Amino acid sequence: MTAQDAAAAEATECIETDVVIIGAGPVGLFAVFELGLLDLKAHVIDILGKPGGQCSELYPEKPIYDVPALPVVTGQELTDRLMEQIRPFNAQFHFGERVDGLARQPDGRFLLTTDAGTRFLTKVVVIAAGGGSFTPKRPPLEGIEAYEGTSVFYAVRRMEAFRGKNVLIVGGGDSALDWTLNLQPIAKSLTLLHRRDEFRGAPHSVEQMRALVAAEKIRLMIGQVTALHGGDGVLEAVTVKTKAGEERLPVEIMMPFFGLTMKLGPVAGWGLNLAENLIPVDTEKFETNEPGIFAIGDINSYPGKLKLILSGFHEAALMAQAAQKIVYPDKKVMFQYTTSSSSLQKKLGVK
Amino acid sequence: MVKITFIQPDGTSQVVNAEEGLTVMESAKMADVPGIDAECGGACACATCHVYVDAAWRDKTGSPSDMEEDMLDFAFDVREESRLCCQIKVTPELDGLVLRVPAKQF
Repeated sequence: MTAQDAAAAEATECIETDVVIIGAGPVGLFAVFELGLLDLKAHVIDILGKPGGQCSELYPEKPIYDVPALPVVTGQELTDRLMEQIRPFNAQFHFGERVDGLARQPDGRFLLTTDAGTRFLTKVVVIAAGGGSFTPKRPPLEGIEAYEGTSVFYAVRRMEAFRGKNVLIVGGGDSALDWTLNLQPIAKSLTLLHRRDEFRGAPHSVEQMRALVAAEKIRLMIGQVTALHGGDGVLEAVTVKTKAGEERLPVEIMMPFFGLTMKLGPVAGWGLNLAENLIPVDTEKFETNEPGIFAIGDINSYPGKLKLILSGFHEAALMAQAAQKIVYPDKKVMFQYTTSSSSLQKKLGVK
Repeated sequence: MVKITFIQPDGTSQVVNAEEGLTVMESAKMADVPGIDAECGGACACATCHVYVDAAWRDKTGSPSDMEEDMLDFAFDVREESRLCCQIKVTPELDGLVLRVPAKQF
């Protein structure tokens, strides 16, 4: 295969689209709507497994009081309503993927690659990544970085890697319990460590875990890890502090489950201007220093910026106007209202 | 105003004039107290406003609710005196409160 053929073959595996939206929070979702009204097709990528971003991950049940016309709405309700509102535009969602690479191509489009290997060729990129990508919290234990990926894991990609190993799972939620139950049959030994003798996980999982403890198939410790021991990325033991004192526990694998936190992540490496982990934009188009790449919602900054959902909605609407000019440079732009325009109503499926 | 002292892990301390009715987290944020991240903005959803309540004050600040206890599972080096300060309301009784900021919030 010649280099040209190879390039052509690679290109065919790419998803080609008008717009890629990074982030499926409320602002990314509403961007689908505003772009859709202007006939721009969008793909939406999010690191979480579901839409809503912070609204569904951090406060699904918490009330929001400042969304216009909705005196009170929960994070989950707002997400559900947005998903309903954008349904006519058939955006394609790619959940559980993180955009790692973004590079401009010779034809002016952008090539995006995700950690799952999905590739996109797009004319416009909209970064609606809020506070950044949700990543597992790293316990502040000295030297933990050196063990990550070899002995310390925040997720399970391949269960076989844990076969015959001495495994320590730290945490008290569903992730910790599920992996305790799943890994117990294949691990050499399994210890579950939690700060208190109460678990947030599903009651059925808690029962199963307690049964394994009673049958002496796993060990439950109440306390916390205070130090890691090993070298060259290979964990040999951890120090566990309990009410009874300190104990050196020999383990080869540690899995900490302390929830998620937001980190700017790969965005920092895309050659965009940044100011204190935010992306500066203009207030006409909400475009970054790189033409064709827009940033809307909590992740952007401009004089007077307010991190409100409603500000993000406004930014999405203006961004869409500018994106349309990139995707359809020759199209005469006519501003229309959804209330009266029969062409918009057709797109919305109400006519 | 209610005076609240925040002691950093290195021993430095900062006295904050807190307004009644706000939360202790909000008062700390307004005074830029280092180590109070409050990533979620006070929704009891992130555990990054973790503090240790000085022993003498634990009766007055009370103990964590079930929701706060659950969220404390996401904090590191949790002790009996641990609280999430977005869940402590500033009241006149707390004048003089002393809180310690953990070495790291994650």
